[in-house]
Amino acid sequence: MASWISFLFFAGLAVGCALISLFHRSVVHSAFALLGTLMGVAGLYLMLGADYLAVTQVLIYAGGILVLILFGLMLTPGDPTELRLARVLGGIALIGGGGALFLFKMSGASRWHAAPPDQLAPPDPTVTRIGLELLRQDRFLLPFELASVILLAALVGSVFIARRRVQRDGGAA
Amino acid sequence: MIPLGAYLAVAAALFLVGLVMVASRRNLVYVLMGLELILNAANLNLVAFDRFRPGAGVDGQITALFVIILAAAEAAIALAIVLNAFSLFETIRPDEMDTMKD
Repeated sequence: MASWISFLFFAGLAVGCALISLFHRSVVHSAFALLGTLMGVAGLYLMLGADYLAVTQVLIYAGGILVLILFGLMLTPGDPTELRLARVLGGIALIGGGGALFLFKMSGASRWHAAPPDQLAPPDPTVTRIGLELLRQDRFLLPFELASVILLAALVGSVFIARRRVQRDGGAA
Repeated sequence: MIPLGAYLAVAAALFLVGLVMVASRRNLVYVLMGLELILNAANLNLVAFDRFRPGAGVDGQITALFVIILAAAEAAIALAIVLNAFSLFETIRPDEMDTMKD
């Protein structure tokens, strides 16, 4: 019972904030509603026993990506006239129809190959296991090292792309 | 205890909202935010299936970790591209960047 209450809280936080960020007129409000969605998903990770992933979600998504998005909002102009009623109604229709279709398919014949929830082992801390798996040579060592190369490439590439262009006549664009 | 389908329903709802955000808002930053929502929904599915898999393992969580790493790299690159496109087209509406149509 208590787990259902916390599940409904986190799920409502995630989906409700996602809907706010979809339909709100102000871009800044949408970005901060996205923060609520990310926190809700982090809470769901905790309920699934993924403690390390939940902390990583808060650190990288809420601390890094959301700040990047806010910087992007500050450096570009807003468009106050962009949200129209027809779009809102279309969005509601699409979400409702897609959700109804998904629930219809789910309640049908789909039996996932999943253990029953009351037979699951209680979650244990995953930090040690994830660290060992990431550094084992026959498991995830190669993707782990490749991720550092990709992050370096993204760092250099984004600086290169976003820098101010210098025109041929010498003035800055 | 919460069954697997409840987590999948939440992930499907997040995915749908992200998809509508990518398709309907006319601002490139909203497109990025919708992409983050879609990646979050996929991550939630990965972690939920990993938890409910018979036999213990953390492979799904590690895959979700790599998705988060790629999302960070993608956000940095995409925002650099958005800033560059704004200085080039003077707009961030994706349907007004139609130079290749002419």
